[in-house]
Amino acid sequence: MTDQNKFDYILQQADNCLILGQRLAEWCGHGPILEQDIALTNISLDLIGQARLFYQYAAEIQGEEKTEDDLAYLRDAWGFKNVLLVEQPNGDFGFTIMRQFLYDTFSCYFYEALMSSSDERLASIAAKSHKETLYHMKWSADWVIRLGDGTVESHNRVQQALNELWSYKDEIVIETSADSDALAAGYGVSLAELKEKRDAKITAVLEEATLSIPEGTYSHKGGKEGVHSEHLGYILADLQFLQRAYPGNEW
Amino acid sequence: MNKNWPLWEIFIRSKAGLNHKHVGSLHAADADMAVQNARDVYTRRNEGVSIWVVETKHITASDPDDSDQMYEPAKDKAYRHPTFYDLPDELKHM
Repeated sequence: MTDQNKFDYILQQADNCLILGQRLAEWCGHGPILEQDIALTNISLDLIGQARLFYQYAAEIQGEEKTEDDLAYLRDAWGFKNVLLVEQPNGDFGFTIMRQFLYDTFSCYFYEALMSSSDERLASIAAKSHKETLYHMKWSADWVIRLGDGTVESHNRVQQALNELWSYKDEIVIETSADSDALAAGYGVSLAELKEKRDAKITAVLEEATLSIPEGTYSHKGGKEGVHSEHLGYILADLQFLQRAYPGNEW
Repeated sequence: MNKNWPLWEIFIRSKAGLNHKHVGSLHAADADMAVQNARDVYTRRNEGVSIWVVETKHITASDPDDSDQMYEPAKDKAYRHPTFYDLPDELKHM
């Protein structure tokens, strides 16, 4: 391992992408209409693509002849550094939309800032991913507004989703030692600056959606340090089964 | 609920300089959603650089029963085709 801290920093984002991509993939064949089924799985594939770019780089830093597959398929739950937000179950369409919106508003500004990273590899991954994420954020924000400012039922459902997810939205902008070290070393992103932009965007969209912004300030934590909810184990069981049962198997 | 969403006809320009071409139809609640849905359904394999959407009800089509009077008369008028000109090689997509 040449740079443990950079490795950890990259895994935080890689794992967010992989786990949320896996969650969205669960919608395949179950979307509310064909067009949105495809939208959900397109975004899933974008996220898994982003995860691969990060895992490939992390595997190079790790050395020891590791590959992206080792990182995705052969780590256990406590090795994953994704935030608790992205491992929450899909719920109804409104819940999935709100979870996606709360993630996209982070990732969009994260990649925007990461494009200025002193690490060229991270900057180029960010430039590619930022374009994808701009579309994701437009899609999820539009849906938050449609559902919030839609029928009484859609409003109530997406409001309920917002209330449930509110305490999960800030873990992603709370600094870990990997975050602060990365910022000090020049290749990381300032989460304080990011949070300001993100919060302004969230507020603007929720107001347009006529949703009430919850007042709670409590935040769940632990995911970025490998302490997860019960859900992650089940996700990994689905995701990793094939490689665990048939090691090295290929298509 | 989706039964109430109107149908939209989708036109894609595959690259700059070419015409928008009809590729199919889909359901959406409004024009913005129709463009987004078309992006996801019809351009995910790099098929296009521009999208037009038109709500299906705004399209007026010719009646197939009128085909004889509409199209038959043009069949024997070869002199209307500009087939006697040599086109330069640089001219594409004619």
